[in-house]
Parts: sequence; C-alpha cells; structure tokens
Amino acid sequence: MTPPLLQVRDLRRTYRARGGLFGGGLVTRAVDGVSFDVMPGETLGLVGESGSGKSTTGRLVMGLEQPDAGQVVFDGTELTSLSATAKRPFRRRMQIVFQDPYAALNPRMRVGDFVEEPLVVHGLGGDAAARHDAVAALFRTVGLDPAFMRRYPHEFSGGQRQRIGIARAIALRPDFLVADEPITALDVSIQAQIVNLFQDLQESMGLALLFIAHDLSMVRYLCTRVAVMLKGRIVEAGPVGAVFEDARHPYTQALLSAVPIPDPARERGRRRLPFDAGAFEFQPDDALRDIGGGHLVLQGDPR
Amino acid sequence: MLDIRDLSVGFSRDGRFARVIDGLSYAVAKGETLGIVGESGSGKSVHALALLGLLPQPPGKVLGGRAVFDGEDLLALPESRLRDLRGARIGVVFQDPMTALNPVLTIGRQIAEPLIRHKGMSMRQALDRAADLLALVGIRDGGRRLSQFPHEFSGGMRQRVMIAIAISCEPALLIADEPTTALDVTVQGQILDLMAGLRERLGMTMIWITHDMGVVAGIADTIQVMYAGRIMERGPVGAVFASPRSAYTWGLLQSLPHGARPPGGRLHQIPGQPPDMFALPPGDPFAPRNPFATDRCRVEAPPLRAVTDSAPGHSVAAWYDLPALLGRAA
Repeated sequence: MTPPLLQVRDLRRTYRARGGLFGGGLVTRAVDGVSFDVMPGETLGLVGESGSGKSTTGRLVMGLEQPDAGQVVFDGTELTSLSATAKRPFRRRMQIVFQDPYAALNPRMRVGDFVEEPLVVHGLGGDAAARHDAVAALFRTVGLDPAFMRRYPHEFSGGQRQRIGIARAIALRPDFLVADEPITALDVSIQAQIVNLFQDLQESMGLALLFIAHDLSMVRYLCTRVAVMLKGRIVEAGPVGAVFEDARHPYTQALLSAVPIPDPARERGRRRLPFDAGAFEFQPDDALRDIGGGHLVLQGDPR
Repeated sequence: MLDIRDLSVGFSRDGRFARVIDGLSYAVAKGETLGIVGESGSGKSVHALALLGLLPQPPGKVLGGRAVFDGEDLLALPESRLRDLRGARIGVVFQDPMTALNPVLTIGRQIAEPLIRHKGMSMRQALDRAADLLALVGIRDGGRRLSQFPHEFSGGMRQRVMIAIAISCEPALLIADEPTTALDVTVQGQILDLMAGLRERLGMTMIWITHDMGVVAGIADTIQVMYAGRIMERGPVGAVFASPRSAYTWGLLQSLPHGARPPGGRLHQIPGQPPDMFALPPGDPFAPRNPFATDRCRVEAPPLRAVTDSAPGHSVAAWYDLPALLGRAA
C-alpha cells in the first residue's frame, strides 16, 4: 500500500487571551487533538464553521504557526521538531493558497515578479531568462495571458488574482497544497472556474490537496474524503459518499440539513435540524471510531 | 407596495463614469418576497442604497427614475422624510451587523431608539418591547441581554439583533442585503427559518438580496437575476429554476455542484470575468461571456420581454430562445 503523503497526529494549539478583566486569561483550544492522513494525489476536505479550528489546522500543517503538541509527518519526516533550515526542502513541496487573493499579493509588485519570487528564493528555475519563461508557462497553466506578467494586482479581478496566487503556489511544483477557503471570496460564476483549475492541476501534477471550506456542496463534489470539525476536534470523517449520505454525528447532520439547495421544490418544506454548538460538550470517552469503510465518527465507547 | 420605474444610477471614479444601474424597472406586490440575485457589478446592492437614500453622493448619483412606495416617490423625498420611513415603514438589514450597530450603546438602547422615535414610546415601554423582540428573533434571556453591548454577541446573534431593530416598528417592507452571507450555514438556516416565520406573522413584503441561488430557492416567491445594472430575467422561482431563459441564469445554475463528481468530470463554467462597469460592451452586457450570443446580442441591448410559454410573470432580456438553442446543442 502507498504510504500517506501527510500524516497529522494529535495536533494541538491553544490561545490564551492575555490580560482581560481579571488577568487570568481564557484558554481557547483552537485545535484540540486533530489527526488525519492525506494520500498522494488525494483531495481531503476540511469543513466546519467559524471557530471550528479548520484554518488553524491548515496553518499548523504548513508550519505558519507552531503547535503546542502533535506531529506533522510529511513524506515520512516529522516536521514540527525540525529547524527552519532542515524544513526548507519540505517547505518547497508544501504550498498554500489563501482565501483573499488580494491580501496575499504585494500591491507594489508586478504579478510576474510575485509568481517568480519562490523560484528566486529557492534558487531554482535557472537564469533570469529561463525563469521568465517558467513564469510565462505558469501563467498559461492557470489560464492567464503571459502578457499580464508586467501588471500590478489592482488591475485584476478577484478570480484572476486567485489564479495568480495559485500560479505562485505551484511554481515550485509542490506535491501538496493547502487551499484555505480559496473560492469563498469569489463571485459564483468564477468559483466553478477555480475549482476546475484545481482539478486540472491535480490531474496534471499529481497534487494532493487539503481543501478547507465551508461550502459543503463543493466539498462533496471536489473531495474524495472529508473531515468535519467542531470546536477544535474532528467529529466525523471518511469517504464523502459515506459522510454525506449517512452522517452519524448530530453536528454533521445539522450542518448538512442547513445547506441551501438550489431547487425550490426541494428547498421549501425542508426541515433543518437544530444543533446548539454553544451547549454541546465532548464526553471523556469520545473517540473517533471506525463504523466501517473508513467512516469515522466521534462517539463514546460502545461497550 | 413598491414600484420602481426607469431607475438609473451613475458612478464616477478617477474622472471616469459608469452607469451602474441602467433603466431598472420592477414592482413588488404586498406580501411578496422578491429574491434579487447578482454578482459584483450587478447593481443589486447599489440600487437598494439608492432606494433608501443611502447612496454616497458623490461618487454615486441617481440619474433618473421613480421609486413609488405607498404613494410616495422615495427618490424625490427630503432626507428628513426618508429617515422617518427608514426604520418605521421600511426595515433594513445589511450584511455586516457590526458596522451597522453602535459599539458604545447597549443593545437595548439600539432596539428602543426607533420605537421611541417612530412609535412615541417611553424608554420603559420601548425596553419592554425590545425584550419581546429579542425573544421573537430567538435570543433567550432577552431582559438580561438588553444591557449588553454588541461585542458581547456572536455574529449570528448580532444579525438577529439587526433583524429585531429592522422589524421593531413592524415595517411594511423589509430590505435585506446579503443578511446571512457572513454567517455560518447553521446560523443562516436559523435566520432563514426565523424570517419565514416573521413574514407570515407580520405580513411583511420582503426584498432579499443575495448571491446564493439556494437561499433564493427557499425564501423567495419571485426571483430577479441582475447583471451589469440590468434585469436579465425574472419570474416565479419555480418557473425560473425549472426553465431558465437567460443564458446567464442558466449558466449560474449549471455551475453549481450537484452531488458527487463523476470521474474526470468538471463543473460547467461561465467563461470570462464579471463586467467592468467602466467599460461595458455594447448590446447585451453578458454577450461576451455567452456561448449562445447572436450577432444582434453584440450590438443591441435586449429589452425585458414576457416569456410566453412559461408561468405568468416570467420575463427575460434576451434576443435568443434558450430552450431551442439548448435543444439544438444537446
């Protein structure tokens, strides 16, 4: 069997609200014992609502934040304990695409230079002329005219900026990409373009994808497996078919019942299941248990 | 209830001019919920701001038209009269409740204020009513929460407060601009259920502005699809979803994922970018992105016309006959 490309084990990250009225400091468990694997070329969807810890998980995996505990094993090497220098060759193989493509771009940098930057930093892509050709090829790969290389970010629409962000992310030919809400800020008519681009890239580059999103319909469409997060923990995970058609955790069930369906006949008369996340508490014996076929559900000990 | 005729709005930037709303006409009947769908540059939000007298002028400018609400032309009213209408006869909910709420006033004061101003209540009466309103929008323990400040509420709770303020004076018309876009899907579901219930109880007329076809499918009686400041299609939701006649509406619906992806499958995608309102093409503004566009689409803007072989009230701005073209392509 192929080993996983990425193994995340018991990742933890807490934030302490400093000072405050009583100086004590509230502890928020942003990520509270998260484990999952990503296989080479696979798309894993990470879903959950605000405060679920899904974006923090992505940042921890990428090393943009340090975990309090847990391991991130990429292609057999544990990364969280490595020095920055030792991490470098792995960093090249892991890249991230952000939600807001404009915030990620440098407004005073020509977009061609922005896409070229990782090649320069890592000393790849040959001399200036070869790098220029490489960037032109990247522009074509993401569906942009290479003539745009000399322009600045403000001259582009949201969808084009996201293509620029993707071009930079794939410049070093990574094996793994974290896409953190990459279509959330885009117009509906542009979302399908970007999702299709991700699929094209996966097929041509064999890219594995951690797709962090709250749009469950899109996750179901794009991903092979999905993990559902609530309050820093994964409550359900498995093949998308199993999780979407046979959701077991009450939170997953509530989430799925709330997704609006673009079909008036079905959307009317639909019952949304209530779920009070504020009142929900995990139980001490809760663990992700396999109910068959890799479908994991957070539940107490059945015995 | 509301009758808009030939509304045009312009926008200036860096010495350039754009006609962001171009001769918009539509009406909303009493008790109807109109869902307006559009993307960047569709004019869906700008036209609402213009109706409410909230359009920043400059850079915006109402170029012409009428918007008759209850016998009065909103576009011709003095600001003082508009202010009376807003919050009393017309309730408004925007996307971001944090910017709409005053951070230094208690929630109770903010709900009470329109009741005192428009209904002549005393502070005591208004606060009692405010507690009832919080209960109505599903906030428990309303009496205690009245003395709290906006930052003590979650995003979903703040949006509920905004809705409580908007409906406090039992408005005849509620205009909601992307009221659930910033919210989590479970919270959005609660707000949608809440609004459907309130509409029934209060007999409100609603204009619900969104980009989400799923939300419109659930809440609206009539859907109106806008693009580049114009209506591309409108009609009863059932008829429009079942048989869209604008290539834009059709493309939007087609681009949404349904279920699992077939192996090697791709989503239908609308090519190109949202319109640049400062450089609109001649003719039908969607023509450059429309694979079905005819030569006439590229030179002459189509008027909104009735669709004869669909439900009454279904109309489209298109020179082509979409079902015939789709049948030929299939």
